Formats: sequence, C-alpha cells, structure tokens
Amino acid sequence: MRGQTTPPQFLPLQTVSPMPIDPTQRRATISVLVENEAGILARVVGLFSGRGYNIDSLTVAPVDQRGRSRINVVTSGTEMVIEQIKAQLDRLVPVHRVADLTMEGPHIAREMALIKVVGTGEHRVEALRIANAFRARVIDATAESFVFEMTGGTEKLDAFLDLMRPLGLAEVSRTGVAAIARGKRVIDDLHGAHDA
Amino acid sequence: MEVIFGYPGGAVLPIYDALFHQNAIRHVLVRQEGGAVHAAEGYARSTGKVGVVLVTSGPGATNAVTGLVDALMDSIPIVCLTGQVPTHLIGNDAFQEADTTGITRPATKHNYLVKRSEDLARVVHEAFYVARSGRPGPVVIDLPKDIVINPAPWTPPPETQHRSYRPQTDPDPEQIRQAIALLKGAKRPMIYTGGGVINAGEAASDALVRFVRATGFPCTSTLMGLGAYPANDPQFLGMLGMHGTYEANLAMHGCDVMLNVGARFDDRVTGRLNAFSPNSRKIHVDIDPSSINKNVPVEVPIVGDAGRVLEALLAAWQQDGTRVDTQALAEWWREIDEWRAKDCLRFTQETARGSIIKPQYAIQRLYEMTRALGRETFITTEVGQHQMWAAQHFRFDRPNHWMTSGGLGTMGYGLPAAMGVQMAHPDALVIDIAGEASILMNIQEMGTLAQYRLPVKVFILNNQYMGMVRQWQELLHGGRYSESYSAALPDFVKLADSFHAVGLRATGVDELDGVIAEMLASDRAVIADIAVDPKENCFPMIPSGAAHNQMILGPEHEDRAAGITDEGLVLV
Ligand SMILES: Cc1ncc(C[n+]2csc(CCOP(=O)(O)OP(=O)(O)O)c2C)c(N)n1
Ligand SMILES: [Mg+2]
Repeated sequence: MRGQTTPPQFLPLQTVSPMPIDPTQRRATISVLVENEAGILARVVGLFSGRGYNIDSLTVAPVDQRGRSRINVVTSGTEMVIEQIKAQLDRLVPVHRVADLTMEGPHIAREMALIKVVGTGEHRVEALRIANAFRARVIDATAESFVFEMTGGTEKLDAFLDLMRPLGLAEVSRTGVAAIARGKRVIDDLHGAHDA
Repeated sequence: MEVIFGYPGGAVLPIYDALFHQNAIRHVLVRQEGGAVHAAEGYARSTGKVGVVLVTSGPGATNAVTGLVDALMDSIPIVCLTGQVPTHLIGNDAFQEADTTGITRPATKHNYLVKRSEDLARVVHEAFYVARSGRPGPVVIDLPKDIVINPAPWTPPPETQHRSYRPQTDPDPEQIRQAIALLKGAKRPMIYTGGGVINAGEAASDALVRFVRATGFPCTSTLMGLGAYPANDPQFLGMLGMHGTYEANLAMHGCDVMLNVGARFDDRVTGRLNAFSPNSRKIHVDIDPSSINKNVPVEVPIVGDAGRVLEALLAAWQQDGTRVDTQALAEWWREIDEWRAKDCLRFTQETARGSIIKPQYAIQRLYEMTRALGRETFITTEVGQHQMWAAQHFRFDRPNHWMTSGGLGTMGYGLPAAMGVQMAHPDALVIDIAGEASILMNIQEMGTLAQYRLPVKVFILNNQYMGMVRQWQELLHGGRYSESYSAALPDFVKLADSFHAVGLRATGVDELDGVIAEMLASDRAVIADIAVDPKENCFPMIPSGAAHNQMILGPEHEDRAAGITDEGLVLV
C-alpha cells in the first residue's frame, strides 16, 4: 500500500544565472554536501582564505551512511561574490552539491552555545532570570558559576551574550550555524538524475 | 601514457625500479623537477593528452610547484606523481618529508594522498579522469614509499560516474537560443576566443572557423587561444589585450554584442574593468561555471564544452530564419578596417649592413623562413617582451602549435615545454622564442636535449635587459632601471657548445637570415643568440588601469596618447 507521504522535493541544482551588478552586501547561509575525505575541510577553508572571502561561521559533520559530510558556511559579500563562492565550491572535486539556503527559500539556522557566567549575589540572580526568559538551560552550577546551554539563531545568542556581559560572562563556546531548508525540500546530489 | 618526465630520489626508487623492468613507458630524465612539469605541459598542449610527471618527495615535490600552478592557471592536464615518506613517518619531519598535499592543494585541480595500496589503482584512474575532463588541470598523487614498494592490485577503470565530480559539457538549448537571438540582432558584433577552444580539441577550432565564417563577424583571440582561428584570415583582428592590436581592442571596446568562447575576462584582456566594452551585451561560453560572472557580468551564460557549444551555435544560427543586419555589419567592418589601416604593429628595420636588429623583425623573419620551409612548426616562449612580439608577429593558423605561459607568466617555461613538444613530435620543428634572462631560469634542460637528442631550437632575442621590466620602468618609474640589466651574461655560443648543441650568433641585420637558415637546417639542438635593439618597447600597450581605448601606440605613430593613472601604478 502507498503511504500518505509525498516524496521529498529536491532543491534545484545551482545553475549559473545572468548577473546584475549590485554593490550591496548580503549574508548567505550555504550548505555544501561533500565526500567525507581527508583534507576536504582544508580545501574549503583554503578556498575562502585564498580568494579573500569572509567566513562568519563554519560547521562540518558527517551526515549519512554514504560517507558524506555537510558543511554549513555563513558568509557575506556582494551578490557577484556570493555567486562566485558557490561556483568555486561546486568546482571542488569532492563536492556533491552546493545550496544557497538564503536564496532557495525559507530555511532554519541554529547554533548552540555553552556560556559560563561567574558571579555571586544580585548578578547571579539576574543572570538566572534572564536565562529563564531566553530558555537557556543550566547544565552546570557551582556557588559562584553557571554554565548555560542555549540553542537558537545567531541573533538570539548574540543578544543573550550581550545581556550576560555585565553579569559576569566568563567564557563562551559556540558550535557555529547548522542550517536546513523548511518544508519537505531536501538538499541532495541530483547530478545522477540529470545525467543519462 | 607513453612518456613520463621525471627525476629520481629515495621515495620513488621503487617506481624507478619498476620503470627499469619495462619498455612501454619512456622516461625522460630532466635536470630539475620544474623542468619536468613544463615539459609535461608542452607534451600535453601539443598532443591533447595528459602530461605525466614523476618526482621524489620533499624537494622534488616543492620544485614541481611552479609548474603545477602554471598548469592550473592555463588549464593544462597533468598528472604528477610525487614520492612521500612511508605512511608511518608522515608528520614526523622525516628526511625529505614535505606536506605535499597541503602545499599543492591550491596549486592543483585536485590532489590525493594514497594511504592504502588497494586504493592505488582507483586513484590513478580517477586522477587521469579529473586532469583531462571538464576544465583540465594538474592533479597530484602523493605516494608514500610503503605503498609503492609493495605490489598493489590492478583494477579496471570504473564504469560508473564519479561520485561527486561531473562537469557539464552539453549546453542548455534555451541559452543557445538566447545567444543566437542576441547575435542575429547585433550591429557591431565581436567574437573573442581563448584557450578553452584549444583545450576542447581540434574539432572545436574547426567548429569555431565554420561558425565565424557563417556569421561573417570579426574575431579576436587571447594569448592562449592563438591558432584556434587562422591568423591570416581577414576576419581575424589579431590578439587582444594589453599588447593586443589596435583593431582588436577598439572592436572589443565598441561592440554591441560580444561572444566569448573559452576565455575568462582576464585582467590582461579587459584592462580597467569598469571601462571594459561598456556598451555590449555579453555571451560567455565556458566549461567552468566559476569563470562566468567572475570579473565581468554577462547576459547569457553558457556552460559547456567549447566544441559542443560552437556546434550547437552553428546549427542554431543556420536554423534561425532571422537575417542579420548586413548594412550595419558592413558599416562595422568599414570602421574596423580604418582601425586596421593604422597598422599598429608596424616597425622600421634599418637595412644597412651591421644595423641593429629589431626584435619584431627577427620574429617576422623566423616566421617567414619557417613558413617557407613548410615543416610542421611548434613555437614555445619564455616570458617577457619576446613573448608578446612572438604572439604579435608569428602568425599561427593551427591550434596546439603555440605554447606559452599565459596565466602565471612563468619565465623558464619555454625550453622545457619545447622539450616536451619535441618528445611528442620527434620530426617537427620546435622553437623556443626566448629572452636572455628567461632562458637562464631553466637552462639546465639543455642537458636533457643532449641526452635524448632533441633538436629543439632556442631563439634568443637578446636585448641585454629584462626587457618587459625595463619597459615598465621606462614608462612607469621614470626610467630608473633598477636591477633589470642582464649583467654577466654567459657566452651563449660557448654555452651551447658545452651542452653538445650548436651555438650561433647574429649581431647585425645582415647576419640574421643566415643564422636562421643555419638553425633551421641543423638536425641538432641549437641556441641562436640574436642581438636585438635593447631599447625597443612592445606596443601597442594598454597601461595597467587604463581602458581599451586608452592604448599607447608605438613611436611610429604620431598620435600615440599615453596615460598611466596612479591607480594603474599599483596594478601588475
Ligand atoms: C619566474 C619569474 N620571475 C619574474 C618574472 C617577472 N618578469 C616578467 S618579464 C621579465 C623579464 C624577462 O626578461 P627576458 O627573458 O630577457 O625577456 P624580454 O622581456 O627582455 O624579452 C621578468 C623578470 C616572471 N614573469 N617570472
Ligand atoms: Mg631580455
């Protein structure tokens, strides 16, 4: 019997499009599906440093049983530069697929942070109160410190850190952005379907 | 694979041992690893095959890096096998260890470190495929000694597609349609082609000729694309760019529709970007999507193999019923012919006995005399003024017969490249047009010529200066010739002799033809030292930071105009 679910829609393969000159910068969240092989991260990072592109955030982890990893990069630049970044990434031999989540429709981007706040008295109470309001979890506590765990968009994390700063913010460890498209669209290697 | 250019060392001794036991692969022992890569480039570019290099670990690999970057910039298919210390020593600063994959990552299209012998066969197949397909380029395979010392299983080339790398070769029909619509409506069209047409094989050049003739449009070529379209054809306006012709650059500047096939809007070609061909709608054909919209925004991008795209364009051109505006086209040609009449490459050669030889004249005579000879002729060059004069005055009418270092501009390229060409074409005439400074960068390869009896001709335009540097110092730095004089030059005739080659010299114009004739008649390697005018500059020239219509013409022209901006001064 057939199930109710429709098969996932694939995001369109990135194609070269005519380009207007637009000097304004934009931010882009780009997901790259790569062969999980030695040196792949160095290739991607080297491409950014070698060509002078910005990296605002970068995450990488294996994502499937077929030996592939997903790299999420948050970058910024003019439209022309971002198109160049995508084309340059796509040119790397171990890259399966490059998706500009910012352009390809609504998407969700999250990162996680571990935040250590050290203090006593009023500051400590205030830190805990704000953490509650932000739905940050306390995952470690001593008489003089908290470690909060917080997940959310980059702006939310930044806002929380700004509030913690006067309250004894001592140390931060952030994962960088993981991102995914909303709805049933998925990023996958579609080349096979295109080639006879 | 028939030929491999290499140099032995500890880490690759097992491979050399295997070479010793066979006859199928010919090994050419170069004199420095840098020479091996350029030789493989010359081999590859003159045959369309992948050039193969074998070097040892550490210094062997690092010496190869310049050649790898050269091949990367000019899209030349190379597979370079590098030795490596045994896997258990990697990372220990072992003797002759270098992080070869790390160093060559930005110097190659792709690279591999083979850590298990069962991967060896797959990696080698893959490396050749990656090197030659899509936009060709150099690939390094780093081979730890323990991997190559033990037998490894051979597996046939995989029949399935590569997991992640699948270059697009066939164009999108819709984009072909859009391109034809633009081209048919053009009043001032221009076709600009590059090395991509050469890389796409002889059939692509053939398709280019048919397409250009079918359209009746003018065409030009980059340095790397010379020979794809016959230089003597009236529809060819000569090379464009920094030292391109007046007519080619002004036609690029003034056109209303531009078709770029297999070129990449390099800064040597565009001049000042925001003034580059300001009124044209542009179509860009490239196999590498990252080349499109990189420097110059275009209206119609077409990703695909240059040959296939040109065939598709030709078919669509013939099918499309729209007629071109022949009147506008005739007017455009009239304008172009006026520019052409300027004869921008003109120079004056004094003919009195003992007169100093103009470098342009030396190339012109070399061209005429080789042409009269009728032998298949390949030209390589070093880098500098002589390279530009060769591009301007030696007229190529076939692809794959002109090898020069375009993207990287590597002095020392020409002699080893010529060696690689001669290996592939033992009966052809192979000439390295050189400068006296560049030739010294890989002069050691004269030894290789001797060992393999390769009758390469080295034709040195000896102006006693790093002429191109001197020219920039004259034009941009107030004539302060800082460190650009070629002091303490060797006696090239004796140098040839000591390398078992023939040395010849011409010091006055009356000696030139005789020396060229003797060089061409020799069945040995020759160095011809041609003393040329040390003060000659290469014109036309678009100064850095200037636009195509701000070209400087030579002293022969009364209206030479000049203008190097402060902004231009920082550019190279
Ligand atoms: C390896 C390398 N080093 C430096 C340069 C910079 N450079 C470009 S042309 C040139 C002078 C070349 O002199 P020569 O070979 O005598 O040729 P000419 O310009 O005199 O014809 C130099 C130094 C270069 N292109 N390559
Ligand atoms: Mg010189």
